[in-house]
Amino acid sequence: MGTASDIKLIDENGLRIDGRSPTELRPIKIETDVLDRADGSAYIEWGGNKILVAVYGPREAYPKHTQDIEKAIIKARYNMAAFSVDERKRPGPDRRSVEISKVISEALSNAVMVEQFPRAQIDVFIEVLQADAGTRIAGLTAASVALASAGIPMRDLVVGCTAGKIDGQIVLDLGKEEDNFGQADLPMGILAKSGKVVLIQMDGDLSLEEFDKATEMILDAIKRINEIQRQALAGKFISLALERGGE
Amino acid sequence: MPRDEAGVLSEIKRDYIIRKLKEGKRDDGRGLNEFREITIQTNYIPRAAGSAFVKLGRTKIVAGIKIESGEPFPDTPNQGVLTTNVELLPMAFPTFEAGPPNETSIEIARVVDRGIRESKMIELEKLVIEPAKKVYIVFVDINVIDYDGNLIDACTMGVLSALKTAIVPGSKEGGKDFALPIRNFPVSVTMVKIGDEIIVDPSVEEEQLSSARITVSMSEEGHIRAMQKGDSGSFTLDEIRKAIKISSDTGKLIREKYLQ
Repeated sequence: MGTASDIKLIDENGLRIDGRSPTELRPIKIETDVLDRADGSAYIEWGGNKILVAVYGPREAYPKHTQDIEKAIIKARYNMAAFSVDERKRPGPDRRSVEISKVISEALSNAVMVEQFPRAQIDVFIEVLQADAGTRIAGLTAASVALASAGIPMRDLVVGCTAGKIDGQIVLDLGKEEDNFGQADLPMGILAKSGKVVLIQMDGDLSLEEFDKATEMILDAIKRINEIQRQALAGKFISLALERGGE
Repeated sequence: MPRDEAGVLSEIKRDYIIRKLKEGKRDDGRGLNEFREITIQTNYIPRAAGSAFVKLGRTKIVAGIKIESGEPFPDTPNQGVLTTNVELLPMAFPTFEAGPPNETSIEIARVVDRGIRESKMIELEKLVIEPAKKVYIVFVDINVIDYDGNLIDACTMGVLSALKTAIVPGSKEGGKDFALPIRNFPVSVTMVKIGDEIIVDPSVEEEQLSSARITVSMSEEGHIRAMQKGDSGSFTLDEIRKAIKISSDTGKLIREKYLQ
């Protein structure tokens, strides 16, 4: 985590810098089909995060040696726009984005019925237009909606959420200052229905009790975030049905 | 983890490993929570500021430290810099290829780095020559020379041992050489899931059979400092709690045996 500082992240009323309670999420908004060319797409605003996701495929995996004869491979590419952060980010993949792309690909592979598409690849392009802490889990949450909106068969939706420790207290969904000056960060990706963990990373300092508290908060929040995902998709599919004569 | 896409793991071997696991045993006779034999030889490369040659079973790595002066990061003007790099050398495995770091080596390097960084093992504040202008940069380079599974823990052991013996070249900056200031040792324990079993320190065959991997790095007081899940399988929350417990117990043994 970031360097120690004198900034107080929780005030005397137990509220955080942006006025949230410890278990409160930042506002989340998801839209589907925001791009025309892609097979599926989604846009998410999560606090100050603005992230676009496009899905292409399933299509034949290329280069050929990457093909898996038993299943499709999911290739997520997490990318931050040069203007997405305070100081300009040099465009192109860096070590951080390569790692995030890998863990997101692995998390999504668990939700998609990859066994239906041998030798295929499904590309998931995650473009962070504005970053405000928690981009990987916001990107993951939107990616799973974009895959569903592309009509790709899925077992479950992946929901991303973070908990962390600030001023010695466990809180949900770290904001930017909390991420920079907090003492621990625990991003997780969880399957909405089964509750299985498909992404987990952690850095900082957590005792076992704190870990349990953090995961409990995340599990509770997952339900709320999943509802937003489902509504975004329901909106799309209801209007599709109406177009086709209300079937 | 790297997989051999040629699929060299025969069905007989696979069935054997799975059958043994059901009896609570490993094909090489180990218990489920048991590490393979670890040997560590420090000062293996005298030309480096610190170094270690580590054997974890048949996995072999060489870790070398170089310490040079350079500019600090703008957001941490009063701290030295740590950078970690892992090279999967083509000599180590038939499918490893020469070239720039790929996602596998980047992930290993970043997980190893995170364990060390988040435990605050190195007293980076003591590596400042001139605040905001000049600090010591600790370059950690790890070469994997023979691969038989569990590179994350082998590399972490190598880095811990190399850092423990590293000397900062203070004489080049008009002072005296001094030992790299160290606070504590984080221990990483990597586990994989095969079927419903969670096993520690997987061999390459066990990695190929597994559906998911998890690494838990813990400090001496038993706090979690870093975690990373890998591969496309999943864990239940109970399995993750179990993995943390195993890391805590097994990590203690490793600490007593190799890091005193």
